[in-house]
Amino acid sequence: MSTPGETAGETVESAREMLPDNSFLIQYPHVSRVVRSLFLTAFVAFGIGAFMGVLQALHRTGIARIVASSDYYTLLTLHGVLLVIVFTIFFLAGVFTWANTRSLDRPPVSKRFTWFWVVTMSVGSAMAGIAILAGLIPSIGMSADVLFTFYAPLQAHPLFYIGLAVFIIGTWLAGIDWFRQYLAWRGENTGERIPLQSFMVLTTMLMWFIATMGVAVEVVVFLIPWSLGIVPAPNPLLTRTLFWFFGHPVVYFWLMPAYLLWYTVLPKIAGGRLFSDPLARVVFVLFLLLSTPVGIHHQYVDPGIAEGFKFIAMTNTMFLLLPSLLTAFTVVASIEHGARQRGGTGYFGWLKALPWRDPAFTGMTLAGLMFAAGGFSGMINAGMNINYLVHNTIWVPGHFHLTVGTAVALTFMAASYWLVPRITGRELYSRPIGLFQVVLWFVGMVFMSAAMHRGGLAGIPRRTAEPQYPQVTFETVAGSVGSLRLQLAFGGVLLFVSALLFLVNVGLTAMNNEPARGLDSALPPALSGPEQSPTVLDNLKLWALIAVVLVILAYSLPLYSIVQGAGLYPPGQEATPAVLAPLLEVIA
Amino acid sequence: MHVHNYEKLWLGASLLLIVGFISTIVYGAAGAGVTMVNDEGGHVNPNNLGNTSGFDDPGVTKIGPSEYEVHVAALRFAFQPGTIEVPANSTVTFYVTSRDVIHGFQIVGTNANTMVIPGEVSKITVNFDEPGEYGIVCHEYCGAGHHSMAAELLVKEPSNFTMQTDTQTPTSGNGPTNATATPTGGESA
Repeated sequence: MSTPGETAGETVESAREMLPDNSFLIQYPHVSRVVRSLFLTAFVAFGIGAFMGVLQALHRTGIARIVASSDYYTLLTLHGVLLVIVFTIFFLAGVFTWANTRSLDRPPVSKRFTWFWVVTMSVGSAMAGIAILAGLIPSIGMSADVLFTFYAPLQAHPLFYIGLAVFIIGTWLAGIDWFRQYLAWRGENTGERIPLQSFMVLTTMLMWFIATMGVAVEVVVFLIPWSLGIVPAPNPLLTRTLFWFFGHPVVYFWLMPAYLLWYTVLPKIAGGRLFSDPLARVVFVLFLLLSTPVGIHHQYVDPGIAEGFKFIAMTNTMFLLLPSLLTAFTVVASIEHGARQRGGTGYFGWLKALPWRDPAFTGMTLAGLMFAAGGFSGMINAGMNINYLVHNTIWVPGHFHLTVGTAVALTFMAASYWLVPRITGRELYSRPIGLFQVVLWFVGMVFMSAAMHRGGLAGIPRRTAEPQYPQVTFETVAGSVGSLRLQLAFGGVLLFVSALLFLVNVGLTAMNNEPARGLDSALPPALSGPEQSPTVLDNLKLWALIAVVLVILAYSLPLYSIVQGAGLYPPGQEATPAVLAPLLEVIA
Repeated sequence: MHVHNYEKLWLGASLLLIVGFISTIVYGAAGAGVTMVNDEGGHVNPNNLGNTSGFDDPGVTKIGPSEYEVHVAALRFAFQPGTIEVPANSTVTFYVTSRDVIHGFQIVGTNANTMVIPGEVSKITVNFDEPGEYGIVCHEYCGAGHHSMAAELLVKEPSNFTMQTDTQTPTSGNGPTNATATPTGGESA
């Protein structure tokens, strides 16, 4: 099928000859190379981000302070941006490229276009990363110590905002690439149902196009011109609201690829089939519709926003629980079906028949289990009035380390053990290390996240280098603040060790000369197939239109009243630290 | 569309759970009377707080038999005033704003918790039934010294409580007193 000239890695050609013709790498050597390069960037970001994480865990608990507390926030910015922007989005771009190609059974339309968005995303990330890292060296005079949320009037160097904009444009181009691939398939397959994985990719990208409008307007219209000194400081409540317009749906952008893997890969690994294809489609449509008109739930305690708008966001948020609860049902039912195919019996006895020695299976299952816990702590945050107790306490990072930090990150790591052999043709270096690593992540997160949740209930704030104040005594419900600090730091160290083991295992896999075994890429059809669902589910234009209408309904009045309140550029707002002011003074 | 019976049951239970969650919030708002921080506080010019009624002299003002107002200005990296004293058995309304960037304001151990956004005024009303000492922290990252930004709130026995002398008489805010008030923190003014 392929000539040696088409394949990417030269040293494995002999090993590759032993791969079956229907393996993904043999069928799509070029797409495999794209996915490998996306994963490489994701894993480098993951390693650096995880290192920043352990430094923070040791710093804020007072166990080891390697950097000055004023530099803590540079590390925190790096941790947030590298892990939730670079690691997650580069990895999901790899997963989507693989899934769209596999399920449509055809490569993207243009190789050049594909590389163009890969390079665009990479250049944007590098620009933002350089701006952040420069903050550690004062003599450069460049910094972006603004954390992942970059609330104005805290100001970063223009390079940070421009890098962010370039990165977002790269993700749009990626989405266009996957849609072109789909349309090419559609041209040859009129009247057929969209293959499930492609359906998931396309609905997720529609959600992403809508969600990123908020951050695109914030960055391009307000923050870049402001950081260049062209316009005055924008209304801080407006830019904050535009951020959360994007800032909540982005969590579903991280989560949807994990769902894609749970729905399509996990049942196969468990030895079974997806329980219901129609329900999977319903879930992704619900996420497309409901992900964006909820962002104001991050602003429950913001002044300047009327209570009614907060109530609407709260109601929408609660209904977002529905697709996740449906997912819990379908995924567990699919796994149970797999277990019974493997000979499992009894009400709970089937659990013993599952492939627990497979790190891909165990990792994804533990990630799903953690997501259930994260979902319920998220319901507390979503509860408008209960949220007063925990808003901006360390409870909140406790929550999202269960969701993005485990449901997503652990799924990505576990899936890598299954996917990396498929795109490299090399056998996983060590399954036992993989298994130990995913369990270690789970245990580390139990310690760290539980301590964070409990600390949050005591009122300990998040995002701070030294949560030890002379004026403040934090009173815990049970156990001392000292013991919570130890548990947090201990969990953080375990997580870092787990991250290192993952990177070593994947790195050695990439250099493994043993050819991968069992590469059958076909996914078994669902027990209830797509033919049992109405075709309107595949009407992407209709769902996109409804999603846009819902966003307009949820956001037009709040945005209007914010702009009416203080204006686009209210008087008296100062840029801090106003990076270009000295330069402008020199020019003047 | 084919939906299995167990799926229908699960779907029904899920919707019930969601409606249940929403009901608890509605009860909290309507029954228990937990109101949200909203747009009642109005707008100010963060660069001109020295000439803004209330924030020109941040601190405690008595407005009724057991009702007090507290104006708090947040700035990098302190609250003005740094120590707030109110009597127990009182209802205290906080008006909080920022002189510079976005800050947070949480009275630790209570549900008094709000974002502090320059240009906007956060208004929160708190009942203090018993004497006690509370820490106040800034819970939103505001710059390199963020971790040092805190204040304290002393809820005193009513018999031990006297209004601080540097606070203007309860009539402040009605015009002439503004001119003589001295802003305590002119750093960014």
